[in-house]
Amino acid sequence: MILSAIVFLPILGAAAVMLLPRRDELLRWAAFATSLFPLGLLVRAFITFPPQEAGFRFVERSPWIPALGVTYQLGADGISLLLAGLTAFLFPVAFLGTWEAVRHRVKEYLSLMLLLEGAILGTFLALDLVLFYVFWEAVLVPMYFIIGIWGGERRTYAALKFFLFTMAGSVLMLLGIVTLALRTGTTDVLRLLQTPTPHDLQPWLFWAFTIAFAIKIPLIPLHTWLPDAHVEAPTAGSVILAGLLLKMGAYGLVRYAIPLFPEAARSFAPLLSALGVAGILYGGAVAYAQTDVKKLVAYSSVSHLGFVVLGTFVATLQGIHGALLQMINHGLSTGGLFLLVGVLYERAHTRRLDALGGVAKEMPAFTALSLFIVFSSAALPGTNGFVGEFLILLGTFRADPGRAALAAGGVVLSAIYLLWMVQRVYFGPVRVDPSAFRPLTWQEAVALGALVLVILWIGVQPAPLLERSEAAVAAVAARLAAASEVAR
Amino acid sequence: MGLVVPWIIGLPLAGWILNGLWGGRLGHRPVGWIACSAVLGAFILGGWEVLALLRAPADAAVVVRLWEWIASGDFRIEAALRLDRLSALMVLVVTGVGFLIHVYSVGYMHGEEGYSRYFAYLNLFVASMLLLVLANNLLVLFVGWELVGLCSYLLIGFWFEREEAARAGRKAFVVNRIGDAAFVLGVCLLFVLFGTLNFEEMARRVRAVPSGQLAMATLLLFVGATGKSAQLPLYVWLPDAMEGPTPVSALIHAATMVTAGVFLVARLWPLFAALDILPNIVAAVGAITALFAATVAVTQVDLKRILAYSTISQIGYMFLGLGAGSATSGLFHLTTHAFFKALLFLSAGSVMHALSGVIDVRRLGGLGRAMPLTTASFLVGACALSGIPPFAGFFSKEHILESAYHAGLIHLWLVGVVTAGLTALYITRAAILAFGDPPADPHAHPHEAPPVMAWPMIVLLILSAAGGFLGAQALGDPFHQYLAPLFEKKTVPPARGLDGLVLGAVSVAAAAAGIVVAWAVYRGRRDPDLGAVGVFLRRQWYIEDLYRAVVVAPAEAVARFCAGVVDLRWIDGVLNGLAAWIARIGTGVRRWQSGYVRQYAAVFLVGTVLAVSYWLFR
Amino acid sequence: MTVPPAAYVLLSTLLFVLGALGVLLRRTALIVFMSIELMLNSVNLAFLSFARMHADLSGQLVAFFVLVVAAVEVVVGLAILVDIFRTRDTVDVDEVDLLRG
Repeated sequence: MILSAIVFLPILGAAAVMLLPRRDELLRWAAFATSLFPLGLLVRAFITFPPQEAGFRFVERSPWIPALGVTYQLGADGISLLLAGLTAFLFPVAFLGTWEAVRHRVKEYLSLMLLLEGAILGTFLALDLVLFYVFWEAVLVPMYFIIGIWGGERRTYAALKFFLFTMAGSVLMLLGIVTLALRTGTTDVLRLLQTPTPHDLQPWLFWAFTIAFAIKIPLIPLHTWLPDAHVEAPTAGSVILAGLLLKMGAYGLVRYAIPLFPEAARSFAPLLSALGVAGILYGGAVAYAQTDVKKLVAYSSVSHLGFVVLGTFVATLQGIHGALLQMINHGLSTGGLFLLVGVLYERAHTRRLDALGGVAKEMPAFTALSLFIVFSSAALPGTNGFVGEFLILLGTFRADPGRAALAAGGVVLSAIYLLWMVQRVYFGPVRVDPSAFRPLTWQEAVALGALVLVILWIGVQPAPLLERSEAAVAAVAARLAAASEVAR
Repeated sequence: MGLVVPWIIGLPLAGWILNGLWGGRLGHRPVGWIACSAVLGAFILGGWEVLALLRAPADAAVVVRLWEWIASGDFRIEAALRLDRLSALMVLVVTGVGFLIHVYSVGYMHGEEGYSRYFAYLNLFVASMLLLVLANNLLVLFVGWELVGLCSYLLIGFWFEREEAARAGRKAFVVNRIGDAAFVLGVCLLFVLFGTLNFEEMARRVRAVPSGQLAMATLLLFVGATGKSAQLPLYVWLPDAMEGPTPVSALIHAATMVTAGVFLVARLWPLFAALDILPNIVAAVGAITALFAATVAVTQVDLKRILAYSTISQIGYMFLGLGAGSATSGLFHLTTHAFFKALLFLSAGSVMHALSGVIDVRRLGGLGRAMPLTTASFLVGACALSGIPPFAGFFSKEHILESAYHAGLIHLWLVGVVTAGLTALYITRAAILAFGDPPADPHAHPHEAPPVMAWPMIVLLILSAAGGFLGAQALGDPFHQYLAPLFEKKTVPPARGLDGLVLGAVSVAAAAAGIVVAWAVYRGRRDPDLGAVGVFLRRQWYIEDLYRAVVVAPAEAVARFCAGVVDLRWIDGVLNGLAAWIARIGTGVRRWQSGYVRQYAAVFLVGTVLAVSYWLFR
Repeated sequence: MTVPPAAYVLLSTLLFVLGALGVLLRRTALIVFMSIELMLNSVNLAFLSFARMHADLSGQLVAFFVLVVAAVEVVVGLAILVDIFRTRDTVDVDEVDLLRG
């Protein structure tokens, strides 16, 4: 029952918020409080989850559409537990860190955000393909409205682009799901994981799923919805978009595309890992050329997720383990970066690099917190980013040293564009009117502080996360390694 | 014993946390006290441990396992510390010189706005450097390695409102990162080869590992070392790093962080020494860098930059010593260099402090009378640097040159001798221009450094003058005895007898020649123009210009191209074009929806006729 | 001299075509309705002819259906026409293009 509670509490909360009176502070507290419940439940689940468990726990199952073999099934293994935990952590942080950023139609906004939380949790915890698809699509709707109503100047274009692009991929995935269901007679993921998929179908199904995930991640060249969506979305929207939505794609690869179609995955792995490397370098290069802080951070996501894709498809245990950890890390560090941008925008009302400057002088505490988050994104040892990136590099190196060498270039690139951003925004002379700077509100401080603490904790003691996910990751890696290549 | 070691790092770390979180509220005096006592405490603990180690067998080590850090499949890394004679030496150097510089900073940074921030960063730096030297495996070492890079970034850019400082900090971090990328790849390869990153275990298994790949791995690590230790080709960040406060330059960019590369090679000595090619590369890179940097130093006008290039040059010597097979000589020079280079920097700082930040030697001069201690310190440091006996630098530099000679690296030995001459030349020039008569500004009224700055200089002066005797043959060369057992037969003891005397005489002669030439040319504070050669040298043989043209500019162009053309015009062009195409189809199809009933009726008719005829005639 | 049944079918076809042309070419809504009636009745004639030709009563049955449907359709159609005339003040079929896309 715990997983259903985790998924549906936010959704019920969304409905409840719609029934409350239109008093902004009350609504904000209600939404924030609601988002704490899944977090509490997940912490409990996390503590009781045994390390070295390769399978699923807290499984709930009831038949849904028996005629089509569709069940309502939820479950968590080491992989989904970590991602669900990230979700449950990031939403309260996002609420807190952008407390007063949205001032009109607050009720609808908060309700949509809670709906979004439930849908994302559902995606990570679903163990039935149709259920997964329902939640996957359900994520699009609130996000579309959040971007389209509370976003920036080009919000309509960005929201539409985001929706259509992602939907195109999803429809492809739906075709795949239907085909698979017709062939095997079930959409129960636990059963599907036990039954090998016929080899003739695998390449088609693999690509049907993978294209949908690749758009979401985003993997170049399917990434161009991301800069627009991120820039135009309101801050909390960007935090969730970068922190969680992108991970849904990466999660899909690890949970569905690879385990269900291992032979196809094996044959296409070189191509996909090459695209990952390309994403690392391309994303980093383009990030450096940006003049808008938010766009810079958006492209840094492309670069970081390139690492994740690379780690996933080199098929080594460290690679996939590192990729999973980086999913969590990126959610924290890039979510954090967007929060920083939000704090700045609330005060300076600009995102242009050449219009900002000297923030360190006016807001020293904020700068200190910012540096932690920036260096986490740059994978400085001592922060979480290093552990994930190093594992990916090691995993890649063991499979293909050349690719690892190229990926190591990404490490240099991230330092270049991040420190460039820091120099322009925080250092140098103050370019914005100094009176615009107010000190951090307690909400912003707590949100950023919580992020920094988790960043440091994972950097120094990643063991709790690593040991709970190791077995599940090993299972995925083993499937991939054992698969023979499909004759094309 | 094991319980003490973590606190060597823990004390400065605690200093960082205290000063970082509450420094603003505590006020300047408590902040200074906290920072200095943290480092002093670490020094005392380190000294305690050294005494214990001296009583133990030579290869004894204290290993402290803190916790399991990363565990993924067969990749298991512990957070663990190792205190042996090598790391103990480094601990003493780092905390000893570090403490003196902390005390000096109390005076130098007096009244500065970011006072607590400065000391917080400085403590963090010491903690990170100690983590680096006390690491028990290569990955933990890398944590310290990058963290000192972080602190360097933060401290170079300490006065962040200046664009040049911020830019210099960024440059340092990025160039270091390039080296670190190579380092990480080397670490991965080493893990693949050894299955572990623990120093002791790697040393034990070195025979079983294929030599080609081992060479590759150590080469990659050495590239990383050239980044951190500012050797060719990754030295370019160090001269710009002088934007930071002078005590920072003294501590980080002379005595400690830049020596991390030397320490790395020493730490991994069994891996480097297993082959012949790596030591040769190390020695060659060191020697060439030493010469290169010395030539550039002759033409610089910023006193700190002269010292920066000097540091690059001297670290080259350290690598030469290591590469020639004598780890102890390189490490001894590391120690003496820490003393006299810090002394030189602190003297420079004293001058800047007295003259409101003037550091251009052309604007200095005539300081002998007003600042006797500073002048004496600089001169002693200069003598030590030049390798004049009996000052400290003589013994260490001598040992290196002898090792090179005895290892058969005659050409590199020659380079070293020439460089020694150049070293004496540029530092004498610097001394004359900065301290000699007549002063550039007769109205300047410099004052001597206050006691809190003077005492550290005095201690370093004594160490620079007398510290060399730690390596003196006459006293049985205690330094070599202390370290040599760690490096087995691969380290060359200092030469004895006539051989040593002749070689020593050659290098002293070179140094003397340098001093004489400098006196002749620059006496009276003249600085003659060296023409085209001067420009070539001053612009670092155009190396940085080369980098900018070949690496930086094309990279930026590629970035702009990707952002503006590929992303915006090509990829988005395809997408927006697709959308526009669909919209145009829609517009076309719209014409069918005319709203005219008669047209609809006609369409019905035609359609029906077609359907029926099809049905009839199929 | 009896009229051959084929003649009736021919007549029916002729009337149908005339009606269709009326629908397509006339602009007055009322005339269009009349043309539609003409088409329906021509179809009736055809059904009755065939019923006679094949001695099958179901043709006459269909004719009844058609008559009923025609009557209903006229009622509804005229009601719509009156409404359009009230709001748009025209019975010209070309001017009612609100469904234009």
